[in-house]
Amino acid sequence: MIELLSEVLVSALILVGAFFTLVGSLGLTRLRDFFARLHGPTKATTLGVGSLLLASLVFIALEGDGLRLHKVLIAIFLFLTAPVSAHLLAKAAICLKVGTGPAGEVPETFDATQSLEIPRDPVSTPPAT
Amino acid sequence: MIPIALTIGFSAVMVSMFMALFRLIRGPRLVDRILALDTLSINAIALLMLVGIYLRSDMFFEAALLIAMLGFVGTVSLSKHAVGRSVIE
Repeated sequence: MIELLSEVLVSALILVGAFFTLVGSLGLTRLRDFFARLHGPTKATTLGVGSLLLASLVFIALEGDGLRLHKVLIAIFLFLTAPVSAHLLAKAAICLKVGTGPAGEVPETFDATQSLEIPRDPVSTPPAT
Repeated sequence: MIPIALTIGFSAVMVSMFMALFRLIRGPRLVDRILALDTLSINAIALLMLVGIYLRSDMFFEAALLIAMLGFVGTVSLSKHAVGRSVIE
């Protein structure tokens, strides 16, 4: 009974981790511009890898090797460093003027008098000339 | 039950690594490529964890920690380099 329960737990953790990893990379591939793409790997993929680490921890613990908590180190490290790297990437994108608008303006320069339509990615749309 | 979940997990991580590779190759700007490299390193950690479950081994912890630290340092230094052409001010 306990073996079946542990197998179900490890399998569910693996499936959840695989799903969130896939969702994060799908967001990286399919979303519209850089500031939207930044959301996928920094949140969904981190959660997916955390779930996979938890699955590995539970599996090794139930193999009879005892509870070895050093895999939590990787999870803590990832959860600490993912926001830092995302912040630095967003700052780099703002400094490089990676735009969301047709003229390449960064989101801080949007003023409220403009329409709230989301402009398209300037790279994916062909030039007007 | 675990082998089926492992198969699905390997497939999902493989597909997501290919998607990150697609963004790394095609990414229109430099920051997209840096983000794709970061995602590739995180996906490599996920793959190592799955291999660790598959081989019933606990030996992949050090490799995963090394990949995590090097991926973070690489992302930080690449984004600092992209801003000001200097990693250390």
